[in-house]
Amino acid sequence: MFDSLSTRLQGVFDRLGSRGRLTEDNIQEALREVRVALLEADVNFKVVRGFIDRVKDRAVGQDVLRSLTPAQQVVKVVHAELIELLGGSGHRLAAAPHPPTVVMLIGLQGSGKTTSAAKLARWFARQGQHPILAAADVYRPAAIEQLRTLGKQVDVPVVGDASQRPVDICRQAREEAAARGLTPLILDTAGRLHIDEAMLDELRAIRAEVKPHHVLLVVDAMTGQDAVTVAEKFNAAVGIDAIVLTKMDGDARGGAALSVRQVTGRPIAFVGVGEKTDALEPFHPERVASRILGMGDVLSLVEKAQATVDQKQAEEMVRKLREDSFTLEDFRQQLRQVQQMGPLDQILGMLPFGNKLKPGMGDLDAEQSDLGRFDAIISSMTPQERNHPEVVNGSRRQRIARGSGTTVQDVNRLLKQYAQLRRMMKQLKGMEGRLPRLKLPGFPNLRG
Amino acid sequence: MKFLASFGERLRSGLSRSREFLATELASVLVPDRPIDDALYAELEDLLVAADLGAAVAADFVNRAREEVMFGTVTRADQLRPLFRRFLTEYLTPAAQSLELVHRPTVILMLGVNGSGKTTTSAKIAAAFKAEGRTVLLAAADTFRAAAIEQLETWGRRIDVEVIRQAAGSDPAAVVFDALKAALARAVDVLIIDTAGRLHTKTNLMTELAKLKRVIERQLPGAPHESLIVLDAPTGQNGFAQALQFHEAVGLTGVVLTKLDGTAKGGIVLRIVRELKLPIKAIGVGERVDDLQPFEPERFVDALVPRA
Ligand SMILES: Nc1nc2c(ncn2[C@@H]2O[C@H](COP(=O)(O)OP(=O)(O)OP(=O)(O)O)[C@@H](O)[C@H]2O)c(=O)[nH]1
Ligand SMILES: [Mg+2]
Repeated sequence: MFDSLSTRLQGVFDRLGSRGRLTEDNIQEALREVRVALLEADVNFKVVRGFIDRVKDRAVGQDVLRSLTPAQQVVKVVHAELIELLGGSGHRLAAAPHPPTVVMLIGLQGSGKTTSAAKLARWFARQGQHPILAAADVYRPAAIEQLRTLGKQVDVPVVGDASQRPVDICRQAREEAAARGLTPLILDTAGRLHIDEAMLDELRAIRAEVKPHHVLLVVDAMTGQDAVTVAEKFNAAVGIDAIVLTKMDGDARGGAALSVRQVTGRPIAFVGVGEKTDALEPFHPERVASRILGMGDVLSLVEKAQATVDQKQAEEMVRKLREDSFTLEDFRQQLRQVQQMGPLDQILGMLPFGNKLKPGMGDLDAEQSDLGRFDAIISSMTPQERNHPEVVNGSRRQRIARGSGTTVQDVNRLLKQYAQLRRMMKQLKGMEGRLPRLKLPGFPNLRG
Repeated sequence: MKFLASFGERLRSGLSRSREFLATELASVLVPDRPIDDALYAELEDLLVAADLGAAVAADFVNRAREEVMFGTVTRADQLRPLFRRFLTEYLTPAAQSLELVHRPTVILMLGVNGSGKTTTSAKIAAAFKAEGRTVLLAAADTFRAAAIEQLETWGRRIDVEVIRQAAGSDPAAVVFDALKAALARAVDVLIIDTAGRLHTKTNLMTELAKLKRVIERQLPGAPHESLIVLDAPTGQNGFAQALQFHEAVGLTGVVLTKLDGTAKGGIVLRIVRELKLPIKAIGVGERVDDLQPFEPERFVDALVPRA
């Protein structure tokens, strides 16, 4: 239902194109598509209103009207404006002059505070600091137990006891942190509604008593229009300094990010991208902007590919592909790189239309195990077979299948895919220069 | 299923908050003598989106309104309010169903993304059946999240319901196997299985659910009798993708909408009901064990679009 904004805008301008010159009215029509895109991405309708006005000014002032590619121009303007509003990247939680630096997490029930507290602790520990966690959620059953377990996992001490009052837990934690020379102190508070005055009083009391240097509002990326109300109320009642956006590893477009950023004026400091304690990333406005617009998280993918793919090796592959001397051994190297980049569904999730592709791709877990199986098959081949796959006849196939614990069908499938790849590469060679910069994940860029 | 709290104070205060939701905004758009023009439609559409109904549902309603205006059945802006209420009620009325114990044991599988309220709702449902004099078992099939088992066990002690569990990190299928065996041996009325939260986009975790379901089916043909997605009211448009993916993975029988005691009204369920034809089997209105209510379309519509 939700096509990438570029495609939609292309449609709008294609319809208009036949009518001759573009006018301001045409832009208006294009902006309606932008509006729907933002609403579908859960950006609050009030925020959308202001946003569209700003974009309109910018679009009209720029060369969209005269451009040969008005759709791309509008996307560019919208994208740039989004990035600007989402704010600068890499908000750092500055250390306090007198340790411990106190970081306090607040938010709705189920938004991900406890997990984020542990992730942050690990993050700081990785930077050579010595954090300490305070478990101040005495209400939800086993919440303290949860933080203790996570604390053990990341090797960070946890203080707090369900029999104490949250304010006392936090105060004692601060004293203990100071005494033991531990910093930062991360306070995990109970989830609460932004309209629950009694519970907000508790946060105010903790704030007054412990004087945290950074109050972080934890917001679930799947939140809809209500994100604005939640952020406004927490900000007014307690005051917040920055935002943590959680559960961004799903396919929510994360329009809530823009909403909370807009109404609080506070930066988004971190993004949670998984259940494990290492799944915390600094916020990259350009990525979230792309995602809100349904353009995929191409940058993350490029980064992942860069981290995984050895540049020299990649260049070597390109040379081989050009010379058509790409062997099964090379193919195996490629498969391994794709595997290293992470689960296929995650890689696909980062591509524009990636989540749409998934159903068409069939069972991704099967694909994933194919990668492993193919690796085993190639390992069971002789060097000659790897370098000259055309010699692999029927009886060799049977031997290879037995040797790798697979079936002849598996071996056939591998050889077919390899042949397909080579054919595809040959065709691509003819179109060099017109290729998009990013090809298959893990496969070298043919532009070389 | 009977619900523990009848229409008590808590719910009333919750509802009064929700009544404020679109009340002032709607009142300022649907002014009796305001001309019905494009500007009005645009503002109305915005308000519907503000209720998380989604751009598609909002556009649908506005088209319906345009038709009525064209045929002269609606002539004043304030008549759009009852029209919209009818529009919503039509979709939601068939969706109001309750949890019934037709089989013994009735097996209920609780599903959903992280933090939506599965464990709490499991306990609430268990308590409600127990209060009816039914025998109930809980299964701690979230073996993944830290202290998830302890969380359910704490609830079990509070409501005096036994929790079948294994060590953290063990195979959820094994827990479910044990739990079903116990449920069958003791001939309990209902077994409620709390599963680990998972994002609907994680293929491997969704496959794990399908496997869990197969384990249940093999042991007790016809079970699970209920596979409920627990969705929280603040969820935006992504809620539809959640319901769709869980539905495709295990075949859902209904939705439980939680956290309706906040300011979000859970508008996304309209699209879920409309397109997936899933009923809403209960709603959560707080953190206490008796904060579970039947879904009543009238009240839900009242909360979204106050009568006047
Ligand atoms: N205000 C309110 N809070 C709720 C409601 N239902 C659950 N909660 C709270 O939401 C938080 C998360 O609930 P859980 O039951 O642990 O959610 P879950 O889906 O089991 O979470 P995971 O197992 O971690 O995925 C807890 O703090 C609950 O008290 C509700 O109807 N209203
Ligand atoms: Mg749970």
